Amino acid sequence: MSKALLYDSTLCIGCKQCEQACATQNSLPYNDSIAAEEYPSAHKLTAVLTGNGKFMRRLCMHCEKPACASVCPVGAFHKTKEGPVVYSVGKCIGCRYCMAACPFSQPKYEWGSLNPRVRKCIMCPDRVSAGQPTACAEACPTGATKFGERDDLVREARDRLNQDPSNYLPRIYGLHEVGGTSILILAAVNVEEFGYPASEKVGDIPLPEYTGRVMDHIPDFIPVWSLVLGGIYWISHRRAEVAAAEAEEKKNGSAQ
Amino acid sequence: MKIKLTFWRIVFLVIMAMGLYSTYVRYLRGLGAVSNMTDQFPWGFWIGFDCLCGVMLAAGGFCMVGAVYLFNVESLRSVVRPAVLTAFLGYLLFIVGLLFDLGRPWFIWHQLIYMNPRSVMFEVGFCVMTYTTVLFFEFLPNVFERLNWKKPVKWIHRIYPILIVLGILLSTLHQSSLGSLYLIMPSKLHPFWYTPALPFLFFGSAVAVGLAMTIFESTQSATALGRHLELPVLVRLGGALLVALWVNALLRFEDFFHRGLLRQMIRPSYEAYFLWLELALTFFIPIILLSFKKVRLSPHGLYLASVISLFGFITNRLNVSLIGFETYVGHHYVPKWTEFSVTLMIIAMGFALFRVAVQYLPIFPKDSVQVRNASNARLAVPLASPVMEHAGH
Repeated sequence: MSKALLYDSTLCIGCKQCEQACATQNSLPYNDSIAAEEYPSAHKLTAVLTGNGKFMRRLCMHCEKPACASVCPVGAFHKTKEGPVVYSVGKCIGCRYCMAACPFSQPKYEWGSLNPRVRKCIMCPDRVSAGQPTACAEACPTGATKFGERDDLVREARDRLNQDPSNYLPRIYGLHEVGGTSILILAAVNVEEFGYPASEKVGDIPLPEYTGRVMDHIPDFIPVWSLVLGGIYWISHRRAEVAAAEAEEKKNGSAQ
Repeated sequence: MKIKLTFWRIVFLVIMAMGLYSTYVRYLRGLGAVSNMTDQFPWGFWIGFDCLCGVMLAAGGFCMVGAVYLFNVESLRSVVRPAVLTAFLGYLLFIVGLLFDLGRPWFIWHQLIYMNPRSVMFEVGFCVMTYTTVLFFEFLPNVFERLNWKKPVKWIHRIYPILIVLGILLSTLHQSSLGSLYLIMPSKLHPFWYTPALPFLFFGSAVAVGLAMTIFESTQSATALGRHLELPVLVRLGGALLVALWVNALLRFEDFFHRGLLRQMIRPSYEAYFLWLELALTFFIPIILLSFKKVRLSPHGLYLASVISLFGFITNRLNVSLIGFETYVGHHYVPKWTEFSVTLMIIAMGFALFRVAVQYLPIFPKDSVQVRNASNARLAVPLASPVMEHAGH
């Protein structure tokens, strides 16, 4: 049901065709100096990084349970049933909580704009819902970026690891990280070297659950706390009333 | 009426001029030009200070309303009005600060129509909105009394129980939720400050700050307005502050102990320095000071201990929001001067508005108003100088 991208960095030749296709798809400028930027930004939604002769793509991971969607006060982000995590600029108020909350720090900001947007890879939602692959996957000449059903891609990634264990580090990054992502990465080196957060650091628990543990109690907390506060108010004022009445009585008593 | 240019008035004008320049940069050249925020540091000084500290420093309102109206602590009645005024101004200025920080402030009302109940930010926004309205109603009697409108005062008194309960409920929710904002960043925020207990710690510190802030503002306005200082009230607040600081310190250290951080805390590191600075200012120094009866009974001692603890709690909020992220990001974030100057302008506005309000409204008890009118001629000018004395803090 849910679509995903499998990026096999051992197949990547660093041609940056994906970058170019992404820029075209999102109507962003692309030239040699932009191609040389080795990090995603508001004008470069995916970047191919080079390190020690190896390549690594960086882009929004399209988490199964995205932190950005859970924190956005106006619900400007949501995960579609096909898999992409999309952004509605019309709702955004610019609080940048999505950027602060994202464990992969992928939402980027148009800092120079007077009406700034959050920019990140949105996984070509129009193409995906029309049954087409993403622009980057279509452009990839070596099949390093492959588009498909997440379940199928997980199976394929496992097959590749089994068939050629010497070529890979034995893990699929994104399979379990923060509860799983729609980007799956195979590599011969640690993805952490390219700025990805360590698996043990981000953990397997979907991040919205950390907030949920507190937020879930709020519907119970409101009536209980209101009753407690109201009760204290009533008791302390009743006590004052009784004390006043008793004082009055005493006064009357002594007057008689 | 002739307005004399005193030193503090000039400082005020300079702050306003720099702030207006920064405002121009903010709205005509964008967030990137006015701040040192980046994609790696999307939340800067405005979130750390204007929002987190601003709301925290306005906690005196709900603390004093709770003490006097909920628990009937009659002896604190004289500080309720100034505390509510501070809170009301604090929240209004918090919203002003938000208009600077939000990338698309003109859509701030989207909170009302596109609600995401799973978002802590939504909850904070909603509570702040409602609580500011509650504070407005708690503040209104000042205006009505001044205008000598008897009926509306009665109406508000009729709904007072609701306002009080609602105000404290909303404060509990959003003071703690400001801590919950960071619960979703376990991999980014340094373990010294990331803890599941964040909402509890934020609420606990808000109560302590509410007490310290009331001592600060009572002393401050007494000196500024030439009012008689109500020492028994301050002594009472000081005692409560000492208890609140102890409770906060125990909660804090229990959390460190529970998460096994004590060893890491005594190893020298960038974060450890800031942590100990924070702990010294919030707990060690004020608790030691307030443990001396002599300090607890002296207006200067109480003032000093409160101000130190306020700086401590401010350090805490900045540690949570800025320092705690530097290791994850891999570089330091130092605010641009324009970021500071906007904050400074907002604080100066707060002091000036407070001054104008106490000048024209029955904020302080009647007897002290008479003292003021009789003894202090320089107060005839509303934007008077001594208010600004601490604007730079």
